[in-house]
Amino acid sequence: MSTVTASIVTPDGPVLEEDYEMVSCTAENGELGILPGHIPLVAPLKVSSVRLQIQGRTDWVAVSGGFLEVRPDRITILAQSAERASDIDVDRAEQAKQRAEKRLQEKQANLDKIRAEQALNRAINRLDVATNAR
Amino acid sequence: MASLRDIQSKINSTKKTKQITKAMQMVSASKLSRAEQNAKAFVPYSEKMQEVVTQIAASDDATHPMLQTRAVKKTGYFVITADRGLAGGYNNNVIREVYRTIQHQHASADEYTVIAAGRFGRDFFRKNNLPVAKEIIGLPDQPDFADIKQIASEAVEMFLEEEIDELVLFYNHFNSAISQEVTSQKLLPLTDLSVESGRSVQSMYEFEPDAESILKVLLPQYAESLIYGALLDAKASEHAARMTAMRSATDNANERIDDLTLTYNRARQAAITQEISEIVSGAAAQQS
Repeated sequence: MSTVTASIVTPDGPVLEEDYEMVSCTAENGELGILPGHIPLVAPLKVSSVRLQIQGRTDWVAVSGGFLEVRPDRITILAQSAERASDIDVDRAEQAKQRAEKRLQEKQANLDKIRAEQALNRAINRLDVATNAR
Repeated sequence: MASLRDIQSKINSTKKTKQITKAMQMVSASKLSRAEQNAKAFVPYSEKMQEVVTQIAASDDATHPMLQTRAVKKTGYFVITADRGLAGGYNNNVIREVYRTIQHQHASADEYTVIAAGRFGRDFFRKNNLPVAKEIIGLPDQPDFADIKQIASEAVEMFLEEEIDELVLFYNHFNSAISQEVTSQKLLPLTDLSVESGRSVQSMYEFEPDAESILKVLLPQYAESLIYGALLDAKASEHAARMTAMRSATDNANERIDDLTLTYNRARQAAITQEISEIVSGAAAQQS
């Protein structure tokens, strides 16, 4: 089966660069599954998981936003942060989740609320990815 | 002439200072190589980012406030300095340059505001009663993107909300381990896109959902990544500047130790000579 090179790049360095048969991710307006030979495409991503499939194996990566750039032979995901499932620190994500929940309960100014919601989102996403990949 | 013991204690204290500066030099050297690695790790991200941004910005109908120049009523200066000194002219060079620019460009304090990263810059602007809109101190030596994310996005937000009409970055650019130079970079609005690389790439993208909403997500991220890039650059310069400063301090200490040792030996010899001549003249006095 043909493959496509997928790479996930963050400001702190590349997270992953390998060949895959299919890449699925969640864009702002819905799920996208990209196969090799896709037409060039750019789409922003949600705080979500990216699933990369090769030979029956699925690699999970948690991304916090960013966007997807597709070319026929190459898929690049640029995210401000991204972790492979195996690199996720579950305890830390759990703590971040609790912290964010606590902050949401204390009613605060709008900006803080938005930040806390975003933090909560990211923490939940990390935990999801870590559990799903297992 | 100072007594032998005074000179000896001066030599000892200089030796101790030398040990410290030498240790600091080596610490900075290893931090510098880490910082260079970080800057290298950032390159693929920034290159890709720039490539995509230029292509989208070059496409026909895409417009976004961050791409448009508007009349400048208020300028934001994003100044990156260090938290600590002992780095030669590192902090002062940046601060002086910013200060001169401000004096030159603006008549009143309403026309600009400073966003300070690093304690030295913040303290200077506060002390001189210049407006500091945002500040961040205590950035680690090897910063992650997460460390700068908040202040970077706040700075971008200030531009989007028209609190400021342009954003200029000031930091020390890392040329090499021995040379850093103060650089100012106009960050916002993003005007210098699309000129060179935009047309050369043939592939035109599909946009999902459309170019405009992608720019809305993409441009703030791009601007934030530029700030992060500048910070990495500045950190590498900081370590390099500190390393150079500490190396010359160590060299100076060595020189001083040599001088003092020479003086010490002279004084010791003079004392011996004096003792001998006293003994000799004493003996001569007894014989006669």
